[in-house]
Amino acid sequence: MLSQDDIRQLCRLARLEITAGEIADVQAKLSSIVAMVDQLQAIDTEGVTPMAHPLDRPQRLRPDEVTDKDAHERYQRNAPLVERDLYLVPKVIE
Amino acid sequence: MHTRTLAQLVQDLRARRVSATELTQHFLGRIERFAPALNAFVTVTAEQALAQAATADRRLAAGDAPPLAGVPIAHKDIFCTAGVKTSCGSKMLDNFVAPYDATVVERLAAAGAVMLGKTNMDEFAMGSSSETSYYGPVKNPWDHSLVPGGSSGGSAAAVAARLAPAATGTDTGGSIRQPAALSGITGLKPTYGRVSRYGMIAFASSLDHGGVLAQTAEDCALVLEAMAGFDARDSTSLDEPVPPYGKLVNERWDGVTIGVPESFFDDGLEPGTAAAVRAALEDLAKAGAKLKSVELPNMHMSVPAYYVVAPAEASSNLSRYDGIRFGYRSPNADGEDLLTFYMRSRGEGFGAEVKRRILTGTYVLSAGYFDAYYLKAQRVRKLIADDFARAFRECDIVAGPTVPSPAFRIGDKTDDPVQMYLNDIYTIGADLAGLPAISVPCGLVRGLPVGLHLVSPPLTETKLLKTAHYYQRATDWHTRVPAAAEYAR
Repeated sequence: MLSQDDIRQLCRLARLEITAGEIADVQAKLSSIVAMVDQLQAIDTEGVTPMAHPLDRPQRLRPDEVTDKDAHERYQRNAPLVERDLYLVPKVIE
Repeated sequence: MHTRTLAQLVQDLRARRVSATELTQHFLGRIERFAPALNAFVTVTAEQALAQAATADRRLAAGDAPPLAGVPIAHKDIFCTAGVKTSCGSKMLDNFVAPYDATVVERLAAAGAVMLGKTNMDEFAMGSSSETSYYGPVKNPWDHSLVPGGSSGGSAAAVAARLAPAATGTDTGGSIRQPAALSGITGLKPTYGRVSRYGMIAFASSLDHGGVLAQTAEDCALVLEAMAGFDARDSTSLDEPVPPYGKLVNERWDGVTIGVPESFFDDGLEPGTAAAVRAALEDLAKAGAKLKSVELPNMHMSVPAYYVVAPAEASSNLSRYDGIRFGYRSPNADGEDLLTFYMRSRGEGFGAEVKRRILTGTYVLSAGYFDAYYLKAQRVRKLIADDFARAFRECDIVAGPTVPSPAFRIGDKTDDPVQMYLNDIYTIGADLAGLPAISVPCGLVRGLPVGLHLVSPPLTETKLLKTAHYYQRATDWHTRVPAAAEYAR
């Protein structure tokens, strides 16, 4: 069973805010998921190569050349705030 | 008109029995009438559809029309569509207008297909019921109190209610085949890398597959032919020629050896579904297939392995949503520190299931757990892929049920994620191994559709589609339309 401190630490690592009202539910459900995936420990995998990917071939490479055209104006249309081609962020107090 | 298959509509359009504009207007009318109650669409692109239809009509008249000219389709809202909102079912992308087309969208448009709109889905494709969408749950056309399956539930509901002849979908753990089964239609997930992932919003990159939902296997073949093929913009795209699937499915079928894992027919499988799948296998045997018992000894570990690998990749992929460059930004973080700004934007922008997956992924990748969970799951993934490879030395196709039971009630499994995850127990293996797989309707259990699941070796889509097509020639389950809301009329 994960503790509420474990959940708070995971949230910090994942940059994800969970409200005080959500935490008990997240704790219970995440614990049941972890218990389910713990079934894996029962399988003998001695000497088995981990499979990262279904493709049984090396990654394709391409020449290191610029192929995309500048389209920052098009992309920045989706930004919350832009000024002079720069992404604006709220004033941050560190 | 709407009960015609996509293959028939292609013929109708070529013979000028119907124009692309008439067809598009007809389906837009049906969407207007039926889609709101089903909650099947996030966006309807009527204006754009009619413009594409007019172009198709001109090309059909001129005699230089591409293969799918004038055929209306819908896209799952996970595929980027230039100038059209692409939400991925999330509040995070509620304001996102894609700056470019996904390769799938681009290729289908080049093939002449007309885009009717974008279909609803589980948020970021994380779900098996289409209930986790920011836009609310999708309803099953067979019974509005039931889920249509997920995550491509809007696409499944749209095709099942005959609001579109076909729709695109994505499949990471069963998200095309499971909703196809629960909605009474055909759903194809091709070999990993067969369809480009460019512009398909990432969930778990080593597991994400683009594919199609339609009435029949022949229709899936026609759409796959248009969307598949090498794409330099996807580093995992397969550089292999695309066979003319649409033509090949109609060639002579010499029968195949079908492997049946007896372990699939255990207590976890609802008896009505088991009986329907057994009957379907008998029908295939009568049509000329040879049935053979095979073993997939590690398949029972596919759900636990998947729920390590998929959340791990998701936690990494979804780190791009930072509230700065695009997507949701919390209005409640002014004057806070940077960490709070990120955490609040993501905490408010993502729904509960997406948060669970990100946290699960973060957990299994965190220091001290990486070997025990992530590497362990990758090793089990290899064992599962090896199980299939071994089975394919004895048979051409592995067959079984697509889903353990027919559609369940909306809300029934939302409180128990592990129960929800077990819905994909028969489909996840093909995603882990990257194998082509299809679900075809094979019966009704208490009036609800269930699916037969067929899996074949890498790049053998032709054999898979042909087998499904011959099954559909011998049976009529795929022609059943939900009676509930007069969808047949």
